[in-house]
Amino acid sequence: MAERNALLDGLRAYRLIAGMWVRSSMTYRTSFVVTVFGNLLVTGLDFVAILLMFSQVDSLGGWSLAEVAFLYGLSVTAFGIADLVLGSMDVLGARMRDGSFDTLLVRPAPVLAQVGADHFALRRLGRITQGAVVLGYALVAVDVDWSAPKVVLVPVMVVSGAAIFSAVFVAGAAFQIFAQDAAEVQNAFTYGGTTLLQYPPTVFGKDLVRGVTFMLPLAFVNWVPAAYVLGRPYPIGLPEWTAFASPLVAAVCCALAGLAWRTGLRSYRSTGS
Amino acid sequence: MGSGRLYLAVAVGGFRRYATYRAATAAGVFTNTVFGVILVYTYLALWDEKPHLGGYDQAQAVTYVWLGQCLYATLAIQGGGAEKDLMERIRTGEIAVDLYRPADLQLWWLAGDMGRALFQMLGRGVIPFAFGALFFPMALPTEFTAWAACLVALLLAMLVSFAIRYLAALSVFWLLDGMGVNQVMMITGIFFSGMVLPLNAFPGVFGDIVRVLPWAAQIQMPADVLMGETDPLAAFAFQAAWAVVLLAAGRLLQSAATRRVVVQGG
Amino acid sequence: MQDDAFIELDGVEKVFDVRKKTGFLKRERRQVRAVDSISFTVARGEMVGYIGPNGAGKSTTIKMLTGILTPSAGRLRVAGIDPSRERKRLAHRIGVVFGQRTTLWWDLPLIDSYKLMHRMYRIPDGRYRENLERLVELLDLGPLLDVPVRQLSLGQRMRGDIAAALLHDPEVLYLDEPTIGLDVISKAKVREFLREVNAERGTTVLLTTHDLQDVEQLCSRVMVIDHGRLMYDGPLAGLHEVGESERTLVVDLERELPPIEAAPARVVKVEGPRQWLAFPAGESAAVLVARIAAEYPLVDLSVREPDIEAVIAKMYGEQAEKAQRAVS
Repeated sequence: MAERNALLDGLRAYRLIAGMWVRSSMTYRTSFVVTVFGNLLVTGLDFVAILLMFSQVDSLGGWSLAEVAFLYGLSVTAFGIADLVLGSMDVLGARMRDGSFDTLLVRPAPVLAQVGADHFALRRLGRITQGAVVLGYALVAVDVDWSAPKVVLVPVMVVSGAAIFSAVFVAGAAFQIFAQDAAEVQNAFTYGGTTLLQYPPTVFGKDLVRGVTFMLPLAFVNWVPAAYVLGRPYPIGLPEWTAFASPLVAAVCCALAGLAWRTGLRSYRSTGS
Repeated sequence: MGSGRLYLAVAVGGFRRYATYRAATAAGVFTNTVFGVILVYTYLALWDEKPHLGGYDQAQAVTYVWLGQCLYATLAIQGGGAEKDLMERIRTGEIAVDLYRPADLQLWWLAGDMGRALFQMLGRGVIPFAFGALFFPMALPTEFTAWAACLVALLLAMLVSFAIRYLAALSVFWLLDGMGVNQVMMITGIFFSGMVLPLNAFPGVFGDIVRVLPWAAQIQMPADVLMGETDPLAAFAFQAAWAVVLLAAGRLLQSAATRRVVVQGG
Repeated sequence: MQDDAFIELDGVEKVFDVRKKTGFLKRERRQVRAVDSISFTVARGEMVGYIGPNGAGKSTTIKMLTGILTPSAGRLRVAGIDPSRERKRLAHRIGVVFGQRTTLWWDLPLIDSYKLMHRMYRIPDGRYRENLERLVELLDLGPLLDVPVRQLSLGQRMRGDIAAALLHDPEVLYLDEPTIGLDVISKAKVREFLREVNAERGTTVLLTTHDLQDVEQLCSRVMVIDHGRLMYDGPLAGLHEVGESERTLVVDLERELPPIEAAPARVVKVEGPRQWLAFPAGESAAVLVARIAAEYPLVDLSVREPDIEAVIAKMYGEQAEKAQRAVS
């Protein structure tokens, strides 16, 4: 019951703060449109790179352009949603250094909601839009015999993927509590993660694939379920049901990240640094 | 003579400033290494499909990746070097103070940025490069001259990189805000420097164009010089030409901006 | 303990692990007792000054009282709530102002922060409007409401912060260095406002400061902390006795004379016919004046009270000496 209240409290605070930032960014409409467009361009660059590669070859790691676009669309859309919701977390270390983190702790709202909603920027919709467009293209272009489970898996991947990336953002924030200057480390897992997942798993070494499947289970954002949808073997043999395990993996990741965040916050409050 | 010592001191200051952030540097090393690993695998797959793409073999493609990771922060490929501070000073008007200093504005900022670049290369760039050399097959030259030539190319790359960013920073005199310019600089920097794909692997006319743009001086040239894929002197000439043109443009823009400050009274 | 105690601390401690670099890679760990077994109570409606030098443990105490930091030991209650356990519930009942950093949203207009506080603290609409109107008037914030916080001067921002801390009618207001860096006029404005809030609303105020004028002008009670220990707790006047401070008697004689002899007073300065005599604050000035008047040709005289700054400095000095002696 208390947990549920805290969750509702957090969502309410998040909505209030994010709403304030949205209203304030809307006062300059043209500037808003320009930044959304710019964001779309920046995030689109890595797809242009993939297009350039495919201008030279017909397949990468045995996967066609449409199949790679499918991976890309899923990875970028899921990451884009997590980035929209929690993308401001990377300034946490800076806030601890300048002491403004303390001011969050004297307000009657969960700290995670306050940090996550800070500088909420709708311009991040640019990345989601771009990912969704590529995903749309891929859905039309891939050669798949669509069955009901495969159709259902697409939205399931986007939502679970967003949850998994959100968990990475929260875990990264918890890490920043201990290593304030090392905020960039989380980029390796967030931006690095989404880049990794844009390419077929067959491209990478088996050990790397194992690590991303079992240790930091980013593979459940798209690799494992997408391999099932596309009817391609996953480089390390997994039972078929794992294609549907993404929601479960996402739930576990979120729980662990929440635990890490709590531990971090408790440690901050007992050490003051 | 005395002024030479001044700029040396400014460069040392730039070096030291970045050297104080040890944890941030370690974090950067880690991130560059992770990105390097991801890129290496995708390039290996690409070169597997199409051997000798852009005239590189697989080992050369791998070498290109790790050199790119080594130079990513060194050349501030997506911004974030001295120009960041310069923009802030222009935006807040503190630049007026710099104009009264008995030193050349461009040289002053160049010196600071060279110090920064040197630190980023030693502190942040060398380790991912060494990591790559240790775990992946790389095409590294054995003769000393190739390494020396690469160093010269790097130095020239730093000049071109600074010249581009200096121009971008000065635009804030007219635009009053660096947001848009930074975004453009990020896009052009990542893409046209060949961070996502070596420029020699770009197809057709598009490839011909990107290979003569100034950004080609940043990663492609030092890489080609290191791996003996180009005549070093031709590469130096290309880099130096862009450096001269862009630095001269910077001076022109700087004098226009200075007049503006003087006329407006800051 | 008093029955009406609003803030209660009983043996509260805060120990930090500090890692200090001693070499290139070597680090030394040691424990720092930032707050060392502090006990006090503050009654509802009191206005208390909490003073001490930098690093004495003032901010750490405030952070424990607001629930930011968890005490290492001891018992702590504010309005009957354990701050570290029920931080969010307590937040509705306290107001906090950090002098060196703002609780306002830096990039947004001042009014946006207030609107957000309104919702976040669930302040009833009528109450919010009333409070905002009053605070805007008293703190002279009208023209600043639409200005982004980062463009405000330090004094303006401080007033904005104080208003933000009071919008939800907190029962206690913690002020951590509220006048630091402010000009004389801003300081006076802030002090006057705090006096009014305390008098009208009965808001309990706990104030940490470097600026002893804040304490002299606002607080009837003062607590002095140093090296994490509470050195003094009582009325401002009593600080002089504890500090064994000295008052100064300035006498104007008819003509230049050799230094006056009147133990326990001693001459500290002579300038023509004017002489300065220092004597223990506990001694009666009247007796001393009578003795001097009987023996010397007096024209005029005045007595100067010691400023607390000197008193505290002396207190610290003695502590340091004791510590020195203990070590050697």
